[in-house]
Amino acid sequence: MSDWRDDIFEVFQDHDIKQVYHVPDAGHSRLIEACQKSNSIRTLALTTEEEGIAVAAGAWLGGQRSAMLMQSSGVGNTINMMGLTKTLRFPFLTLITMRGDYGEFNSWQYPMGRATPTVLEAMGVMLYSVDKADEVKATVDAAARTAFNGGQAAAVLLRQKLIGIKDFGKKKAKA
Amino acid sequence: MSSSATLQRRPLVKEILKGADDNLLVIGGLGSSNWDITNAGDRPLNMPLWGAMGAPLGMGLGLALAQPSKRVLVVTGDADVMMSLGSLATIAAQQPDNLAICVLDNEKFGETGNQASHTSPRNNGPTNSGAGADLAMIAKGCGLADSATVRDQADVAQLVKDLRTKKGPVFRLVKVMVEKLEFVMPPQDGAHLKDRFRQALLGSA
Repeated sequence: MSDWRDDIFEVFQDHDIKQVYHVPDAGHSRLIEACQKSNSIRTLALTTEEEGIAVAAGAWLGGQRSAMLMQSSGVGNTINMMGLTKTLRFPFLTLITMRGDYGEFNSWQYPMGRATPTVLEAMGVMLYSVDKADEVKATVDAAARTAFNGGQAAAVLLRQKLIGIKDFGKKKAKA
Repeated sequence: MSSSATLQRRPLVKEILKGADDNLLVIGGLGSSNWDITNAGDRPLNMPLWGAMGAPLGMGLGLALAQPSKRVLVVTGDADVMMSLGSLATIAAQQPDNLAICVLDNEKFGETGNQASHTSPRNNGPTNSGAGADLAMIAKGCGLADSATVRDQADVAQLVKDLRTKKGPVFRLVKVMVEKLEFVMPPQDGAHLKDRFRQALLGSA
């Protein structure tokens, strides 16, 4: 079975996504590298997630599809700008690696992680959630259809159970 | 003391957009910049914003990358750019050679009663002091090497040329007067503005 991150890259190609936006993210790093190496995708590093909504709007004005990769901790940075997807009524796709979720060790990640689905729904973003590797491809594909065929803002929550628990304190804990 | 600027934004923007054809895609920031580009003549290939402060730089970038054979011009105000400084670095990382940014800097928050903005000088008293922030220098510091400030009518012809034809990314900060001007408003519906833009550019909404 292929890696779920490679599956997402395949979905991007199937849906003719031309621009991919990201901030630094360990969970998305393999996918980001695949996009950077691709000849058909322009990959942009953002300084804040809020930028991604504006760039996506510009790309759509120019006839290109895009996707944004972020962590749940960055979702709060996008909320006001997310309104642009409704005002202009343009397709928007984002894939969100969850923190403050399944077995999170860092208490600082919980507030935004727990609020992520609520605030996205408040802004009218259609939510998908996936925690099994073999369901990632179909889920991201469904979200891309919702966005680009249905003209909606759609988000896929890649649950922490799928990504794996970050635990850089493990070795020290034994000492 | 108010700014010593002598350039008037309306005739200036009219000059910048003169003879705009299908090759020129324009994004106007919310408020005065929106009314300025509309005053020069509403057209489908204008995307005038009624909100989304902080969006024009990013929007210009996404559009410039999607349409490399067209000229993309962002016209917006100093506070709008101040709200999205990071986008200057994001643009610099991509170096779109078809993108030009024109910042109309009146050193005031014009939409809310002309309070001093961050580009106003410091030490103008308790109610009229800014930070003395220099957006042209900030843009250069973010990696936009072709960044300059324009203050005089004598430099406007060159400004227009740079914004319309020079290899980008081009960043121009233009110091303009504080003026009370009438609203010249384009259609407001965002979906309509987006659809007419795409229709004119791509042939389908």
